[in-house]
Amino acid sequence: MFTRFSFTILLIVTSIYSFSQTTTVTGKVTDNKSKPLAGASITLKNTYDGATSDSAGKFRFRTTEKGDQIIEISSIGFKPFQQAVKLDGTAITIATSLKEEQNELQAVVLTAGTFEASDRKRAGVVLNPIDVVTTASAEGDLTGALKTLPGAQQVGESEGLFVRGGTAAETKIFIDGTLVNNFFQSSTPNIASRGRFSPFIFKGTVFSTGGYSALYGQALSSALILESIDFPDKSSANLGLSIIGGNGGYQHLSKKKNFSVGGTYSYTNLFPAFAVIKQRQDYSQIPEFHTGDANFRVKTSKTGILKYYGYFNKGRLAFTTNSIDTLGYYDKFGLKNTNFYNNFSWKEFLGKGWKLNAGISFTNNKDGINSGLEDANKNEVILTGLEFKKFGLGLKGNYFNARMVIEKKLKGLSAIRFGTEYNFTNDKSDFTLYNGQIVGGSIKQNIKSGFAEVDIYLTNAVAAKIGTRVEHSSILDKVNIAPRVSIAYKLGNGSQASMAYGVFYQNPETKYLPATNNSANSLGFMKATHYITQYLKVTSLTTFRAEVFYKKYNDLVKTNFTSGRETAVNNNGFGDAKGIEFFWRDKKTIKNLDYWISYSYLDTKRDFLNFPYAIAPNFAAKHTASVILKKFVQPWKLQFNGAYNYASGRPYYNIGYDGTNFKFNDRGTIPEYHNFSFSLNFLPNIGKPNAKTFAVYVFQVSNIFNIKQTYGYQYSYNGYRKEAIVPTSRMFVYIGAFFSFGIDRSEDVINSRLL
Amino acid sequence: MKKIMIAMIALAISSAAVAQMENEKFVKAMEPKVIALDTTHSLEGFTELANAFERIADVEKNQWLAYYYAAMCNVNAGLVIGSGGDMMAAKADKTDPYADKAEQLINKAELLEKSNSEIYVIKKMIASLRMLGDPMNRYMTYGAEIQAMLDEARKLNPENPRVYLLEGQDKFYTPEQFGGSKSEAKVLFETALKKFEAAKPATSIHPSWGLPTTKYFHSQCQ
Repeated sequence: MFTRFSFTILLIVTSIYSFSQTTTVTGKVTDNKSKPLAGASITLKNTYDGATSDSAGKFRFRTTEKGDQIIEISSIGFKPFQQAVKLDGTAITIATSLKEEQNELQAVVLTAGTFEASDRKRAGVVLNPIDVVTTASAEGDLTGALKTLPGAQQVGESEGLFVRGGTAAETKIFIDGTLVNNFFQSSTPNIASRGRFSPFIFKGTVFSTGGYSALYGQALSSALILESIDFPDKSSANLGLSIIGGNGGYQHLSKKKNFSVGGTYSYTNLFPAFAVIKQRQDYSQIPEFHTGDANFRVKTSKTGILKYYGYFNKGRLAFTTNSIDTLGYYDKFGLKNTNFYNNFSWKEFLGKGWKLNAGISFTNNKDGINSGLEDANKNEVILTGLEFKKFGLGLKGNYFNARMVIEKKLKGLSAIRFGTEYNFTNDKSDFTLYNGQIVGGSIKQNIKSGFAEVDIYLTNAVAAKIGTRVEHSSILDKVNIAPRVSIAYKLGNGSQASMAYGVFYQNPETKYLPATNNSANSLGFMKATHYITQYLKVTSLTTFRAEVFYKKYNDLVKTNFTSGRETAVNNNGFGDAKGIEFFWRDKKTIKNLDYWISYSYLDTKRDFLNFPYAIAPNFAAKHTASVILKKFVQPWKLQFNGAYNYASGRPYYNIGYDGTNFKFNDRGTIPEYHNFSFSLNFLPNIGKPNAKTFAVYVFQVSNIFNIKQTYGYQYSYNGYRKEAIVPTSRMFVYIGAFFSFGIDRSEDVINSRLL
Repeated sequence: MKKIMIAMIALAISSAAVAQMENEKFVKAMEPKVIALDTTHSLEGFTELANAFERIADVEKNQWLAYYYAAMCNVNAGLVIGSGGDMMAAKADKTDPYADKAEQLINKAELLEKSNSEIYVIKKMIASLRMLGDPMNRYMTYGAEIQAMLDEARKLNPENPRVYLLEGQDKFYTPEQFGGSKSEAKVLFETALKKFEAAKPATSIHPSWGLPTTKYFHSQCQ
């Protein structure tokens, strides 16, 4: 009896595996360009049976399965293909071409108008975060590196990014999505201030020289979009010492890597540097800054992160220069600044392809400016006819910006984004005249915006971004609607063409608005329209980029003098800018040498502010170029960086006001600008991966050939005397040493230089 | 009643027998492929094995080994692609899809087999592949990840010879200025060889790969 059972069991079991005919499946797999696809997996679903396509895309296998089955053909980078088959011993042939899967790394990128510096490897990225700070002429300043890219001007007499014929005020800067006011240290006459923030708090930089996304607004020319780092790799401490000061900081990362907190403090005093390098100014208060920052980051969920970055700065300086208005006397300038900046941002994936990005930032900034005239004995005097030289200016600004963007991923790489932004500013000024009279002013304004954009990836080769932004300004009591479009088309392996069109609006600068009345409804938005075409070719070690643009300015603000102050009176200004730009980066041709060359041609004219008619503005050179070299010599543990910056002579003007009209009292062209910079970094610990302390020594010289650089001219009050505006010293030498403990920050510190 | 009992017993026995045969079928399908691992060096070879292991894994959804080997073959295929040409050049567009695929598969394996040193060996290889995609920019991130995965693999099983093989290979290929050393690599390969001698895979299809590779690298350190 038992044997009968065994037999039955055997029968049941064997029936599953035997008594089947064999079916042969053959076929060919191609890609969407009909080329044979090797390595594709052909699977008879839910069985072990299948094959892999050969170099001709062909495959063949046999199966003993029967009946209705499904064959799946898949390959990495392609969308899988399925076909129902009936297995009955009859040979089956399948020929199919697989569709390419949309892949961020292979897809065309919308790049017209933008430079991206990030660790993402894709076509738009021309620099990595380290490049931003290893540029010899950058002096450790983020915007210094961006000035070596085409589109930005070499303007040395004031801070900011002057892009494609636009003023510095036409470039807006965003950190984690929210607008930053006072990105630069407060202005000092004829000296370009440095940026406030360490380049090392950022992991990604997008520098748009035009045609930027509808997510951003209130910038006629350019947007600089910075993204702060998420979590540090490890807990670490660092210490730095240099001829301009010292700094120390600590970053703590929790064991579970879900929380980090940190802060740094730095003290800057230019006394030692100025003792060695003679300055044009005579300082009664050497520039001195106390700067602290603090941050924390919390994982709010598996995919969410909340970040805080806070910055506090207190600085002061005072100097005198020979007065141009009256010989034998000195002009005195004093500045005290406190700045408190806070930024919260929150990123969260909400599931089902939804993502939230929200942020708020608020800033409190105070400037106290003290101006006057001193005699030969450095005693303050008031001279008849030059009473205006003596004044005090107190500026208090409170700024608040909030933004929310919601994103929904669509099929493939396509996505839709929409959101809203609110910006509030409150600027108070107290102007104290020589006789003690105080003229106060206060301007409050807000701008509410809404925006939506869609990224459409038709295939890996064609993509478009279409967006619109709507803004309402309280002070102008007007609404604008700004459409933006950009498209990109992949031409071949690594090369692509893109185009962008966009309309951009900006409020008149606060300093030109009527000082007390919180309405300026006779004025309107200034407007720029951008047209950009780009060709980009990227291989793994080289990048070539060419861009042609045309930009039209409408409704620029014209000014007039009302009660001694230059005030916006109408929007009758206009202008245009056109040009061509080239960028070439090469890490291949010469071993261990990395270099880039950029060149820009700019033809621009505008009539705005007090210009008598449309002229090429004084901040725009026709030709600008940069050559940047970087070489790391491994056996010596040394990195050499060199930079050359060139700008053709910019025009200069002395525009006078005769009581009714503005006219030229003088005009001309400044000499060409040349600057050679060099820096050397020594990393004795590189190659000792287990060392606990890392040291980096930095030596840097700017303008090594001591070439005379002229940024423009300033004129005496009566217009009879003129004087060149030149750098504070011809050459500057910087020496520093940086140590970090607990983590290899050599790559960071090597480049931080002035941090 | 008795008949029902008998029928039930018969069913139980037969399903046990089916399971047994199923398992035999699984092992039989796996064995030649597992053996082939040590003699496979080409992209085509790894792709073919990866596809075959994945087919098995998709049927035997409870067998971590099939997912494990499918992940391993995908990461190896990626490493073959990434090692051609200039090592320092960025090629993430070609290698990342392989790392993505391997990651999906090893995560499935880990769901079935938690805290296994061998899984962390593959995770280390995936991190290496990510770094290879763009060494200049990814050194910082994936360098730390590689070390973390190796440490975890060693912690879970200090006797796993593959931990020392991979560590030795990294030492072998890293330029001396960046902490590489042929002599340190040699010591690691020797440790690996000893551990290989002592290692006894649980079954014929449990991970045992790496001995010929270790011998080859060891010979290159002389």
